Amino acid sequence: MQVYLDNSATTRQYDQVTDTMIEMMRESYGNPSSLHLMGVEAEKKVRASRKIFASAIGASEDEVYFTSGGTESDNTVLNGVAESRKRYGKKIITTKVEHPAILEPARRLESMGYTVEYIGVDKQCRLNMEQLASAIDDDTVLISIMGVNNETGTIMPMKEIAALKDRYNKEHKTDILLHSDAVQAFGKIPMNLKSDFRGVDFLSVSGHKIHGPKGIGGLYVRKGINLTPFMIGGGQERHMRSGTENTPGIVGFGKAMELMQGDFAGRTEKMAAARNFLLEGIKSEIRDVIINSPEDGAPSVLNVSFLGTRGEVLLHTLETDGIYVSTGSACSSNKKGQSHVLEAMGLKFKEIEGAIRFSFSEFNTMEEMEYTLEKVKAAVARFRKLGSFR
Amino acid sequence: MNEQNILIVRCGEVALKGMNKPYFEKMLADRIKGNLKEFGGGISVKRQEGLIFVRADKELDIKAIIKQVSKVFGVASISQAVEAPSDIEAIGEEAVKYMMNLIEEKGVQTFKVEGKRADKTFPVKSPEIGRVIGAAVLKGCKVLKVNVHEPDVLLHVDVRSDRTYIYDAKIQGFGGLPLGTNGKGMVLLSGGIDSPVAAWMMAKRGMLIEAVHFHSYPYTSPRAQEKVEDLARIVASYCGRFKMHCVNLLPIQEQIVQNCPEEETTIHVRMFMMRIAERIARDNGCMMLITGENLGQVASQTAEALVVTDSAVSMPVMRPLIAMDKTDIMDKAQEIGTFETSIQPYEDCCTVFLPKHPTTKPKLEKILEAESVLDIEGLVEAAVKAKEVINIFPE
Repeated sequence: MQVYLDNSATTRQYDQVTDTMIEMMRESYGNPSSLHLMGVEAEKKVRASRKIFASAIGASEDEVYFTSGGTESDNTVLNGVAESRKRYGKKIITTKVEHPAILEPARRLESMGYTVEYIGVDKQCRLNMEQLASAIDDDTVLISIMGVNNETGTIMPMKEIAALKDRYNKEHKTDILLHSDAVQAFGKIPMNLKSDFRGVDFLSVSGHKIHGPKGIGGLYVRKGINLTPFMIGGGQERHMRSGTENTPGIVGFGKAMELMQGDFAGRTEKMAAARNFLLEGIKSEIRDVIINSPEDGAPSVLNVSFLGTRGEVLLHTLETDGIYVSTGSACSSNKKGQSHVLEAMGLKFKEIEGAIRFSFSEFNTMEEMEYTLEKVKAAVARFRKLGSFR
Repeated sequence: MNEQNILIVRCGEVALKGMNKPYFEKMLADRIKGNLKEFGGGISVKRQEGLIFVRADKELDIKAIIKQVSKVFGVASISQAVEAPSDIEAIGEEAVKYMMNLIEEKGVQTFKVEGKRADKTFPVKSPEIGRVIGAAVLKGCKVLKVNVHEPDVLLHVDVRSDRTYIYDAKIQGFGGLPLGTNGKGMVLLSGGIDSPVAAWMMAKRGMLIEAVHFHSYPYTSPRAQEKVEDLARIVASYCGRFKMHCVNLLPIQEQIVQNCPEEETTIHVRMFMMRIAERIARDNGCMMLITGENLGQVASQTAEALVVTDSAVSMPVMRPLIAMDKTDIMDKAQEIGTFETSIQPYEDCCTVFLPKHPTTKPKLEKILEAESVLDIEGLVEAAVKAKEVINIFPE
């Protein structure tokens, strides 16, 4: 049996997405910028995808752009705001548990004279809201906080964060902007700019985390905000993102979003059922574990520390059974390979060492979860027996 | 005929081999040809008067060719030369041209000529050659001065029966003996710094190599094995393609951990490694084992520990690094290009089986007694049977 439980890393592409892309490559390969009919046809299909994207997040068509993925969208926002708002202030606020696509550009901005404040989290990766509230000041130009943490599934309270920002802006006559890296939230939790994500000014999403293609992503920029583009050239994507459109990627991404929106509740319920089954099974049948994901986390992720084991060894043991998971640390005795997220949560070395992340999709079945539970139990027992003298 | 670059390749130790000299020279020429295959045609390799001449069309990248030739074991040194007819005036003209080039390219100011005649019928004697050609160069290149003690360029004029060769620099090869002139050995290749160097050193003495690699999957990462394959490919760039046998030790390690004293774990594991390597070596026509062991480096490489591991096999075990210092081994690894790959951090999952206080002075009788509870033959047999063979090609 093959059980794929690494859906936060990437997902299996929907077959319909693949079919759509093949057709796009074989037949509708025109360049949307071309004046002739083939160009018009490609442009139409891109436009249809844009419409789906906009409606999926509650935005309008002229607020969304296609990029090469989450990393590009994140980089565009951080670098773009730093450039277009450099006269407003020199401070950026983010969290300790962001994806490197946020943390690395933030570090580079620090070296260029920006101040970056990294907000901490608790043992289950919940954001320290008090620290955030006191961090915001008149020098702040951007707050960037992820929608869902990729390692624990913790949901960040985006609505409250946005309200905090709006209140500050109103009281202090500032114009602080809010970005959310929603790569792990998209398709996992309700994420509408008119309700749950109200007040968010920029949003990054990615295709391959929602059973779409790799190499394609999206960026939302609230209307009226001037953001300096990252890629400049031919002026595609209304000058926000130059470069010939990745038409098969865009159309495939559109298809994936269409399917995702089709039965959002049904799909997330399947993930939640798989996650909860495994969670309950692990809690009741394996001793000495720590659950690093909060009860009210996203249905897509379950992070568990199996004390007295090594995550990577469990991972390789499970892969021999056809089960694919990921770890909180690469196997090495040095600190380098350790997850910065688990570290920021204050986990001890031994807890990080034994951490495994299971991440789910709608394709996971109960039968798979029963099989996984049994194999995890065996792998943990085997390791503890052999490694016990350490 | 196309214009050609000429390399003079000197054979070093091969020249000492007496009656077998033609055999060694032929092997060496064949190895050089083999290492130049990737350049396609346009290269000739010929033996002549104890030297090997490589002639390559001018369009070919001569630096890359020199690099490939210098990797061949048995090559002592290489010089890029120009040739002239063996006529003292013609030689003078060619020498002037050669020096003009060096003045232009390197701003050479002083020189000295070293003449030599392998052809004793040549009318000018060796010391005389230096003087005559030196005078011609001085006349032809007005900016140059002679400096017999510390010349910028020591210009060699090597007069042979039909042609004369002019060159200055010597590029050192590794020396050693041509591959395949000294049997075949099975190296225990770990992925660390030492074992690739050990394999390389034995290959340099003419020994063909085959390798066995032990892993503990799933307790070690598949990427660790990829790293070993990368290392093996670097070694293969010197000694040609070879087979690597990959053996999973985990079932044996599990038996040892559960049945033998903790502090002896490592030594038991090493004895099994030797036994398995010996078995595979026999099956594949290898006459010796090769390890990267180094006296006193770790607990399993103390004198006492080596005595114990050695006793596990009857085949001779070559340990070319045994008396080297770690820094010297690291320098060697840098030189042959394996160091950077060796230090990638993948293998420490194996440390799951490392005892806290490994024994440094194991006693053979005690070790043998401890492992007598294990089905040694059966475990070795099963491990060999489950092995995987990978063909390693030069990178």
